[in-house]
Amino acid sequence: MTTSPIAVAGLGVVRGRVTALDDVSFEVPAGQVVGLLGPSGCGKSTLMRSIVGVQKITSGSVSVLGEPAGSASLRSRIGYVTQAASVYEDLTVAENLRFFAAVLGVSAQRVEECVVLVDLARQRNQLVGRLSGGQRSRVSLAVALLGDPTVLVLDEPTVGLDPVLRRDLWATFHRLADAGATVLVSSHVMDEATRCDRLLVLRDGRLLVDQTPSALLESTGAHDVEAAFLAIVEAAS
Amino acid sequence: MTTEVSARVTLAVARRVLLQLRRDRRTLAMLLVLPCAIIALLRWMFSAQTGSGFQGLAPALLALIPFVVMFLVTSVTTLRERTSGTLERLLAMPLGKADFLFGYALAFGAVAAVQSALAVGVSIWWLGLHVAGPTWLLLVVAVLDAVLGTALGLLVSAFARTEFQAVQFMPALVIPQMLLCGLFIHRDQLPGFLHAISNCLPLSYAVDAMTAVSTRTNPGVGGDLAVVAGFTVAALVLGALTLRRRTA
Ligand SMILES: Nc1ncnc2c1ncn2[C@@H]1O[C@H](COP(=O)(O)OP(=O)(O)O)[C@@H](O)[C@H]1O
Ligand SMILES: [Mg+2]
Repeated sequence: MTTSPIAVAGLGVVRGRVTALDDVSFEVPAGQVVGLLGPSGCGKSTLMRSIVGVQKITSGSVSVLGEPAGSASLRSRIGYVTQAASVYEDLTVAENLRFFAAVLGVSAQRVEECVVLVDLARQRNQLVGRLSGGQRSRVSLAVALLGDPTVLVLDEPTVGLDPVLRRDLWATFHRLADAGATVLVSSHVMDEATRCDRLLVLRDGRLLVDQTPSALLESTGAHDVEAAFLAIVEAAS
Repeated sequence: MTTEVSARVTLAVARRVLLQLRRDRRTLAMLLVLPCAIIALLRWMFSAQTGSGFQGLAPALLALIPFVVMFLVTSVTTLRERTSGTLERLLAMPLGKADFLFGYALAFGAVAAVQSALAVGVSIWWLGLHVAGPTWLLLVVAVLDAVLGTALGLLVSAFARTEFQAVQFMPALVIPQMLLCGLFIHRDQLPGFLHAISNCLPLSYAVDAMTAVSTRTNPGVGGDLAVVAGFTVAALVLGALTLRRRTA
């Protein structure tokens, strides 16, 4: 019996002919913002899909809140933002949120809270298709927040956002974590690492790093995460 | 497979689909106006002829149009839902597959009811179609047909990767049914083998039912309707199998 909100053990995933994940094991504590970093194609999305329970896995196990990933009882307790903004472009921000709120069975009050949380109050009656890419991904994030989830899995939510907005979103993630949620955020931009409580670094489907940012810098002697990543890759090859 | 149906979620899906349709003014106009226009065109074609050409063909068209239109609209809409990631998101939420399927069937069934009411109204009161049986039965057949189109559209959307591919299923699955359903040649005048095939196609029964309602005062269409309903349920069940919570 494990108590970590997310526990991954010996996870292997083969997608088509590609080994997307190879023997990945880690645990994530509650109340932290955990960064999942690594270059494009390293398996971040595949790992997140495995945690949410929408990925067919080849070996190993993934448990979330003490239950096997994908269990029906987890569906209302995990918030998931896919890499592409999975919202309806031909509906307004509010209409999108009201629809997903009805599916989740949460109140109209919560819709308004989430619109404010992602700073889209002024755009609430605009069609999502007319919003900028950054605004669209915030709509997607708002949908994930609706059910007040215990575990939030966010696939590159800050890509393409301006620096101010990025900072605000990271602040939001930390507020959610402070309230007890577990927040797993992926990014292929290494400098986002400093904003995380803990780092997981993937490369070619293997987990290279599972540390706090400061411990990582200390153990490699590098002064930024990018340099630390290179040091580890070189040491491994 | 989740078997329990939640009225709340089913209605939410249906309402959302209708809202999207309302936003798409052009599609909505096509859905409501086009069938009337096609039937009017048919009437016009036969206006210089004596005989009952229009009377013979119009009921079959009233069966055909909702089926074809809903097939197309549903296959494209649900394909979009699959490719945009919204389906993956919904399936990661507490949404039963049946809620999703019934939500779509409900929404497009409702649209089909309005569409057919308009087409039937125009046919009877403006174009002079004579319906011997009860008019409401025409509507029942049309709605059932539309739901069949919706169910098949949902199913084929799983086998298409692009909207272009989805639209290609229409000639593949729909045109042979149109040819064999009795619109061009009475089904009992088809060569034996083709007659046997037409007996296996749902549209044949829909057209039989429509023709019966328009030509007989006391049409017994229960059998035909049961076959159409059976095909619809089968397509929905197969469609549910293509909604995978976990994908590779
Ligand atoms: N649907 C898919 N089918 C087959 N292979 C895939 C699919 N999606 C991703 N892959 C492969 O799996 C590997 C990991 O991809 P992904 O998890 O999307 O990486 P990341 O999110 O880190 O960019 C890549 O080699 C990619 O080509
Ligand atoms: Mg990715």
